[in-house]
Amino acid sequence: MSIAQKHGTAIIVISFLLALMLTVIPLPDWAEEIRPHWVMIVLIYWSMALPQRVSVGVGWSMGLLLDVANDAVLGQHALALALVAFLTNNLHQRLRVFPQSQQALVVFVFCVIYSLIILWIKGITGTAPSVWLIVTPSFTTAIIWPLAFVALRHARRFYRVS
Amino acid sequence: MVLDHRFQATDNFRSALSIVVDPIRYIVNLPSDAIDWASGSFVSHSTLEDQNLTLKTQNQLLKAKLQKYASLKAENANLRGLLKSAKKHDEKLERVLVTEILSVDLDPFRRKFVINKGTSHDVYIGQPIIGALGVMGKVVHVGPLSSTALVITDASHSIPVQINRNGVRAIAVGMPKNNQLELIHQPNNADIMVDDLLVTSGLGCVFPNGYPVGRIIKVETNPSLPFAKITVQPTAHLDRDREALLVWPTFGGNKQSDCKGPKEEEQ
Repeated sequence: MSIAQKHGTAIIVISFLLALMLTVIPLPDWAEEIRPHWVMIVLIYWSMALPQRVSVGVGWSMGLLLDVANDAVLGQHALALALVAFLTNNLHQRLRVFPQSQQALVVFVFCVIYSLIILWIKGITGTAPSVWLIVTPSFTTAIIWPLAFVALRHARRFYRVS
Repeated sequence: MVLDHRFQATDNFRSALSIVVDPIRYIVNLPSDAIDWASGSFVSHSTLEDQNLTLKTQNQLLKAKLQKYASLKAENANLRGLLKSAKKHDEKLERVLVTEILSVDLDPFRRKFVINKGTSHDVYIGQPIIGALGVMGKVVHVGPLSSTALVITDASHSIPVQINRNGVRAIAVGMPKNNQLELIHQPNNADIMVDDLLVTSGLGCVFPNGYPVGRIIKVETNPSLPFAKITVQPTAHLDRDREALLVWPTFGGNKQSDCKGPKEEEQ
């Protein structure tokens, strides 16, 4: 692994920036409530495909950027995303051989864990919304996952990111 | 996280990170900027003429009102002189700056917005933001090129107000659910009526006094409860305005940092 050439860092960075943009793009209220966790989708994909490059550290940094972009308490998304990256890294060999429907199921579970951490921190800081409102994006994230997976895999193969 | 939430100890770190986030915000804002530009550029001659006429009339009306204001100001000073009371507040106008509200989404469960001015324009934390029709909110985080502001209807926001009709003071707390505010701790027999105008009272040293906040739309008195339930509709178009004014308030000639008073607001 250590001898392997690093390719396509730019692609990884661009994909994360695109995910951040999708996170702050203005949407009507009903769509805002079901906006998928874009950054998490990209993070899960890269830490599954390239666990030696994208892992907890990247998850933490992207989480901090997400905190600033969302104007949330600094560290809440960082903690949640770092945990998701850790879980994906641990399970990446199993995740890779799963069919896409099963992957989506695992992504859904990760989303719920992520949402509950966010809900927990929001609860401590006194701004907790209802549980259902915070869990609904998990469904859309799981539905979007197969599409995002195919797109990101295509990008990885096309630009030979390794 | 405790450091950030309780002590605001990470503000510098946050504004450093916002250097990365700001370009993303500006890129996301581009389409709505483009639409604004296009709707400004492709207008027919007659529409512009009409608009020009309306604006001219409006300008005349405002000027006429301003003349009245000058005489009222003199009269007020005279009356105060007769009563030998101290001058209430500095006549100097506050410094203002027009700012654009970026069309980006923040946390869907909070009422916040992003403006395109930051520390490079002397924006500071706690600065009031005022729309064309009333108070909109105040700055909570500043970056070099953009800042985040809390809207007055956010659940964690409260603003000291005064009823314009009789000077009753109160605190209006945000109710994010309907984008309205609520007057708290008012007894059932308080002299508050539907359609009363609320203006900022200037207490708390955050908002300058005299700016409209909202109108009372509902007063529910229930004898079994200690306080009345009073609902306020904000006068500012909180979710429609694209532009707002940043104000550098003066409190009796003092700067905000020199103003001594009870700090009533949280966040």
